[in-house]
Amino acid sequence: MEDNQIPSYRVNHLRQLESEAIYILRETAAQFEKPALLFSGGKDSIVMAHLARKAFFPAKLPFPLLHVDTGHNFEETIQYRDNYAEELRADLVVGLVQDSIDKGTAIEEKGANASRNALQTVTLLECLEEQQYDAALGGGRRDEEKARAKERFFSHRDDFGQWDPKNQRPELWNIFNGRKHHGEHFRIFPLSNWTEMDVWQYIKAEEIPLPNLYFAHTREVVHRNGAMLATSEIVQPQPGEKVETLQVRFRTIGDMTCTGAVLSDADDLDKIIQEVASARETERGTRADDKRSETAMEDRKKEGYF
Amino acid sequence: MMEEETFSTEGYLDMDLLRFTTAGSVDDGKSTLIGRLLYDSKNTFDDQIEAVEKTSKSRGDENVNLALLTDGLRAEREQGITIDVAYRYFATPKRKFIIADTPGHIQYTRNMVTGASTANLAIILVDARHGVIEQTMRHAFIANLLRIRHVILAVNKMDLVDYEESAFNKIVDQFKTFASRLDNIVDLTPIPISALKGDNVVDQSKNMPWYAGPTMLYHLEHVYIGTDQNHVEARFPVQWVIRPHSDEYHDFRGYAGRVAGGVFRPGDEVVIEPSGFKSKIKSIEDFSGPQAETFAPLSSTITLENNVDVSRGDMIVKVNNPPQKSQEIEAMICWFSEEKNLIPKGKYYLRHTTKEVKAVVQEVRYKININNLHKIEDDSDFGLNEIGRVSIRTSAPLLFDSYRRNRTTGSFVLIDLQTNETVAAGMII
Repeated sequence: MEDNQIPSYRVNHLRQLESEAIYILRETAAQFEKPALLFSGGKDSIVMAHLARKAFFPAKLPFPLLHVDTGHNFEETIQYRDNYAEELRADLVVGLVQDSIDKGTAIEEKGANASRNALQTVTLLECLEEQQYDAALGGGRRDEEKARAKERFFSHRDDFGQWDPKNQRPELWNIFNGRKHHGEHFRIFPLSNWTEMDVWQYIKAEEIPLPNLYFAHTREVVHRNGAMLATSEIVQPQPGEKVETLQVRFRTIGDMTCTGAVLSDADDLDKIIQEVASARETERGTRADDKRSETAMEDRKKEGYF
Repeated sequence: MMEEETFSTEGYLDMDLLRFTTAGSVDDGKSTLIGRLLYDSKNTFDDQIEAVEKTSKSRGDENVNLALLTDGLRAEREQGITIDVAYRYFATPKRKFIIADTPGHIQYTRNMVTGASTANLAIILVDARHGVIEQTMRHAFIANLLRIRHVILAVNKMDLVDYEESAFNKIVDQFKTFASRLDNIVDLTPIPISALKGDNVVDQSKNMPWYAGPTMLYHLEHVYIGTDQNHVEARFPVQWVIRPHSDEYHDFRGYAGRVAGGVFRPGDEVVIEPSGFKSKIKSIEDFSGPQAETFAPLSSTITLENNVDVSRGDMIVKVNNPPQKSQEIEAMICWFSEEKNLIPKGKYYLRHTTKEVKAVVQEVRYKININNLHKIEDDSDFGLNEIGRVSIRTSAPLLFDSYRRNRTTGSFVLIDLQTNETVAAGMII
């Protein structure tokens, strides 16, 4: 500080969001017996894990990372997940959708558009119940989708894991009520107030490493239902479908069967930020799972989706 | 979102955050106003606009209905209403905005209170044809109760009164007469708009040359909110104790929390309340290293010189500047529960900063008829959406400031012992 300079207590919006998210993460650790942080290897859950590291530094995370693995993830995602968990010295718990299918609690969809996206809910709820987690931290943001705009920071779920949007607890100031009955749990969203741009700016400011999938690369894709899906053992081109090798990247990372690529030459964070700033489509516009109906997200959330 | 011009990361990182809430009666055009703000400031996406165009068409709307941009749940679209508080986000190169979009129905006072609790500014909408009505006064009263200092009185639908200056002035006068009794509102900015046509929302209206003031967006971008945080009275509610138990940090004990007021620096003499133990701040820790200071609203970790007993719910404060400490408080509350009314002498959990205690509502002093601000003194039956003053006794001392001085250390909620529902919001007098 220079001499005679008047101290500044101005806090820019990104630091305010960071402070709020850290506050929520600490409230979660304090109010619940056994929380878990839902970690998918996507950028939002990566940012959330990074914030958790800051919230409890120099101690380790007081909760494990929980990944619901559809078995249809990109290899890069799984590799990143394992490395990042090790770097954080965090416990990693993996729930396999395949296990639910084998048990018969989840039934695989059929046909070319089959996706295990909806099945994740079954496995997630089974995991929470088996491990007796009473709070699951999610990276959902209210700007992502209209049903998510109605979500609380501390979102109550009944003993069937269901969300009742018409009967949510009011949240005032920064007081969060995590009281619950046995068998109920909470979903907690520390990034509620962040936008896609905030997440990218924060990743840049904090120099958080990301899976390569987010950066432009050359890849074989198949055009399906207006989206470009990466070809793989799981996504095999059907007769009549157009296959091309293009320079692409992914704006969101989820199941290979429903995460579309976008044409892009953004191979570093600065270029991605420019691309996000001029994007004319919402982030989830590349997600086939949201396009199934106008209320696809609302319906899935009520059932207990992320 | 910006087109063509290059996006500036440096500019982005320099932005402030402004939280505002919107209040208006049904059909005052609140959703249209928010839709207009988002659309004209280029914060909407093509796929959103396409979806709105599609829905407008299928419903037989004449124009593209920008209000649909803010619709959320299925029931809302079906019934054309807003059920609950929804949060919206947009940014201009000056500021990032968080809108708490709350419905205007008379039965949703609790939602407006919720939305207002974190807002710096409130936009109160009035229909230019109807002027100030009971609900307008209700909205102004709530904004004042929740200590929102900045209010925009948005006189909407000016296109339906031929953009007449006299219509606008009459409403502003009506509002001022009422609002003069609301002493937390220190900054009132009346703006004549048409959300439907876009007058004075983002772009200056050509239809009202008599209006020389700012557009709504310009005002939102420039209103001064620097004094909204209390940087004088140092308050640090302890949230969590960090003990790494590692070789490297063997004896480390850090007190994690979010500064609720004032400034803390290493070397400061502090008192741990409620025990009253004294200590000195040894360091302020952060992932990126030791910090020179911390202040509201930052989340930090404080270490102390000596090993005193500190746990969640305690408060670290500076010597000579203590909060109030008492088991008896006087507060304004707003009742939130649909199922149960306030039970006289009933027990509740009271959650205040990071502390939770049991509490008894001793007495209802009075309720307020918020349509005319009259006190009701002979009726202690307290139900959904009612606001009034109560006295409360707690099972352990609370460390607090008046809500007027500090929104964080002056606020609490009451929780039902059986259902765990949040049944009331309180502001300490």
